[in-house]
Amino acid sequence: MKDRLQELQSEALGKVQQAEDLKALQDVRIAYLGKKGPITEVLRGMGKLSKEERPVIGQLANEVRETISEAIQTKQNKLEEEALEKQLEEESIDVTLPGRPVQIGGPHLLTSIIEEIEDLFIGMGFEIKEGPEVETDYYNFEALNLPKGHPARDMQDSFYITEELLLRTHTSPVQARTMKQKDGHEPVRMICPGKVYRRDTDDATHSHQFTQVEGLVVDENIKMSDLKGVLNAFAKQMFGSERDIRLRPSFFPFTEPSVEMDISCKVCGGDGCSVCKGTGWIEILGAGMVHPNVLEMAGYDPNVYSGFAFGMGPERIAMLKYGVDDIRHFYTNDIRFLKQYHKA
Amino acid sequence: MLVSLNWLKQYVDINGHTPEELAELITKTGIEVESVAPIAEKMTDVVVGHVQSCEQHPNADKLNLCQVDVGEETLQIICGAPNIASGQKVAVAKPGAVLPGDFKIKKAKLRGVESNGMICSLQELGVDEKDVPKEFADGIFVFHDEVKIGDNAVELLNLDDIIIELGLTPNRADCLSMLGVAYEVAAILDQPFTPQEEVINPVEEPAADYISVKVEAPDLNPYYGAFIIKDVKIGPSPLWLRNRLIAAGVRPINNVVDITNYVLLEYGQPLHAFDLDRFGSDQVVVRRAKENETITTLDEQERILKPEHLVITNGEQPTAIAGVMGGADSEVQEDTTNILLEAAYFHPNAVRTSSKDHGLRSEASTRYEKGVDPNRVNLAGKKACELLEKYAEGTVLNGVVEFDDLNREPEQVEITTSHINERLGTGISDEEIADILRRLQFGYEQNGELFKVTVPTRRGDVELFEDMLEEIARIYGYDNLPYTLPGGASQAGGLTLHQQLKRKVKNYLQGAGLDETITYSLTKANRAEQLVSREVKEQAKAAVRLAMPMSEEHSHLRLSILPELLDSLSYNIARKQTDLAYYELGTVFISEEEQVIVQPKEQLRLSGALTGEWHVHPWQQEKKSVDFFVVKGIVEGLSELLDLPLSYQQAKLPDMHPGRTAEVFLNNQVIGFIGQIHPKLQNDLDLKETYVFDLNAEVLFDSYEIEEAFQAIPKYPSINRDIALVVDEQSFAGEIADTILEAGAPLVKDVRIFDVYQGEHLESGKKSIAFNLLYMDPNRTLKDQEVEKAHEKILSAVKERHQAELRG
Repeated sequence: MKDRLQELQSEALGKVQQAEDLKALQDVRIAYLGKKGPITEVLRGMGKLSKEERPVIGQLANEVRETISEAIQTKQNKLEEEALEKQLEEESIDVTLPGRPVQIGGPHLLTSIIEEIEDLFIGMGFEIKEGPEVETDYYNFEALNLPKGHPARDMQDSFYITEELLLRTHTSPVQARTMKQKDGHEPVRMICPGKVYRRDTDDATHSHQFTQVEGLVVDENIKMSDLKGVLNAFAKQMFGSERDIRLRPSFFPFTEPSVEMDISCKVCGGDGCSVCKGTGWIEILGAGMVHPNVLEMAGYDPNVYSGFAFGMGPERIAMLKYGVDDIRHFYTNDIRFLKQYHKA
Repeated sequence: MLVSLNWLKQYVDINGHTPEELAELITKTGIEVESVAPIAEKMTDVVVGHVQSCEQHPNADKLNLCQVDVGEETLQIICGAPNIASGQKVAVAKPGAVLPGDFKIKKAKLRGVESNGMICSLQELGVDEKDVPKEFADGIFVFHDEVKIGDNAVELLNLDDIIIELGLTPNRADCLSMLGVAYEVAAILDQPFTPQEEVINPVEEPAADYISVKVEAPDLNPYYGAFIIKDVKIGPSPLWLRNRLIAAGVRPINNVVDITNYVLLEYGQPLHAFDLDRFGSDQVVVRRAKENETITTLDEQERILKPEHLVITNGEQPTAIAGVMGGADSEVQEDTTNILLEAAYFHPNAVRTSSKDHGLRSEASTRYEKGVDPNRVNLAGKKACELLEKYAEGTVLNGVVEFDDLNREPEQVEITTSHINERLGTGISDEEIADILRRLQFGYEQNGELFKVTVPTRRGDVELFEDMLEEIARIYGYDNLPYTLPGGASQAGGLTLHQQLKRKVKNYLQGAGLDETITYSLTKANRAEQLVSREVKEQAKAAVRLAMPMSEEHSHLRLSILPELLDSLSYNIARKQTDLAYYELGTVFISEEEQVIVQPKEQLRLSGALTGEWHVHPWQQEKKSVDFFVVKGIVEGLSELLDLPLSYQQAKLPDMHPGRTAEVFLNNQVIGFIGQIHPKLQNDLDLKETYVFDLNAEVLFDSYEIEEAFQAIPKYPSINRDIALVVDEQSFAGEIADTILEAGAPLVKDVRIFDVYQGEHLESGKKSIAFNLLYMDPNRTLKDQEVEKAHEKILSAVKERHQAELRG
């Protein structure tokens, strides 16, 4: 019987080996391990054996059974694996075909620039203020030390609606409004981005509508070196830490002293090239210490308070940063322009 | 202002600095230098030649054959200029010379005759056409002065001079004069500078014998000085003077005119020379013009005057518009012998008004408008007399006949070192301040750290402490200021809720596939009131119009963003860009008045316009054009984003498709609309099917509530039930869904429409809508009977309200 079992085992293992698919394997299982299979038959005939032989043969039969069963399981796993692999092979696709597109839009380049500026100044503790685009003559000019008949009013020919109302020519009136709102004693630290309007004929460098970001800091003991420090921090973050800044004298009716801020030219690193017209510097913004008349008109005592203000043009910054060559691009909304700056 | 360095060198030592270095220093310390360039490009081998003979070319009528002595040799040169003559001293470019424009002069044969060089015109030597004296405009240049044959003509004509162009800000009118520039450069370089004194040798005969001066408008003309110069001889000015005028961009005319122009450039003080014999009387009367009085100015224009204009008269007729332009009648001409020279102070506003009204901007008016130095008016007159004596053979009469009510007192400003340092953030010492004041040539009395500064009247822009602060700071050097950050109480920066929501909404729309645009606020009259939402229209009387638009294209403030947005679509479509999804968050301007008096209300609106394909995936044959539901989906997403329940009602609006338009409501208030624009408008704009939305962003943002309380995640299972209802085809699915929600409350939490069917197996005029209902109780597991009961209630409600039948 012992021989018979061993014979069965090697026979069965051989069949398992030969089974090529799950069906054939199943047949092997039924043939050898089934209720009508030869091993069961062997076990059934155990009654004829002696007491001593019975456990030996019984154990052997079980071992044979287990060996075959294991072999079948192993083979089954192998066949299943192969079947899956085959199926997956058949499911394979051309991964180089284009995917189903997801529509993505993007911000306007000016919005990107303005939000970048906002975030830089928020980091320095500034608030964002807004004001009306249709302004009173008072806030647009008079409160900024530009009384009627002032020659500097020539510099910004304006779109008037009535004698007293006009489209703001700069975001500076928000300075005056903010100071009024703060009641002449609270410190101010704000920037105000927004649209402004001037009587310019639209061409590559002029637009009758454009944007500005104005900034204002008023407190006790505000110094000109603070202006320099804040603008330096801004310029380095906006344009790169390797860029230097310089201030040089200028004139604005609402600040005294007034300065223009230049940054070192990115192209030549300050040596002079065609981009910076050989000077090594590129003009970025105007700034200055708030004129005492402006403080006074807004209710701040210029003997106690001082402050600085600055104003910049996001169009100009965008043109410098990205090399945009025509200001009209910002307002014609050509999709081919807009799409270029999705990641700006 | 064009500054000749050769001229500047006469006042200040600028040696040791290249023109570029000097320009950099001037820019950093005071005034932006816009350009640094020589008058003419570099030239070689151009010398003074003497035309010894000049005969007609044997083979050409219009050419002359000249023998020209150039010092070392005599050259045969063929010249075509009409004004060539023997005996002239001319500028000769010898063979081998290189003229501006890389023009190389070579030996050549002209009509069979050899020509060894070229006799030059000023234009050929690089002088700007507009600066060339008229006598040489169409020919060669001829030296009138004593010059040595063979000398370098480029140097003699000052063509190697470097010109620095200053971009002056309105406050620095002091640098509209060479003396002003000299003070500035002397301060920057810390060099001495003292202007030369004017020296005249008047005869005894008093000027007052010839003229009297009366000023009837002293507020506009606080000083008027009249000099009389007799027996002048009109002729060309000396070469050095012409050179300086050309360097400054002023065309030389004749000695008298050139001298007044020269003094204007040097002193910044405009002067006017009248022909005394043509003046028409022996009295100068300065007054406001009479209404409709006329004068014919130098440019032969008749000008109509108003009382706002200040005029110089001879007692009867105006002879000049003060500070702007002289009259033609009393103009200095070739035969003029006696001159009435005006040196006056006219009030800036008077000159500005005249100059603006007559559209006349001159070197003179620019200076008067910005205010001239009261202490230099008379000196400038004297300087002109000195030059007229020297270069026009004039005889200066004794004294100046004047009206004088001019304040010449300098401003006094007190500063302290500590105050300066507090404002600058510096540690400048008393000594340094004293040194800066010395360099600026500002007078001062020092008492410890207190400086009482006397500001010279040439610096009319310095009046306040802050002005002095600027003077100190710029000479000290902005580069030397430290970098600090503002101290004081710290303030938390950040965005307001509205500003945060703006960004949130923009990010959402961009994520949804829309591109942001920025269009113009100013639009055409007919566009300004197009596609305006009902609630805006109800408030706005009319679109706000500019008082003086530049063009009809941009004449009105918009009441809706959409017309300009649609214009952007048209622009792109004309350029073959057909699939577009745009949005803009911007202001519209609502005036409640017919005649605008107060500021219009500015409302933030969110608008979008979409056209073309919305979703395309060609190889899988997927293609979806923009339709109403694409746009509605975007708006619904917005409503979910802000957690604001919006509802929609079909509406008929102007310029919109009558069947594909809905008004959008928030809490029963109209806040905008969505839909397809009217096919007629589409046609007009060359657009295909185009869908838009327009919403009042301000109301949306105001209604936004920050959810603070935590909402428990449901622990108990929900139950889904579907129902298909057959209703009249005119019924609105949204209304039925509302009924379901209402009747199924509180157990029905959500209703979704998953199918709409019309056609076979349905009665005509009917449609079937399939709804999926979500039942849930947050506190327990629902029982089937409860759901059944609610379901029955819903079915009877929809039957009652919408005559809906359960589809069999």
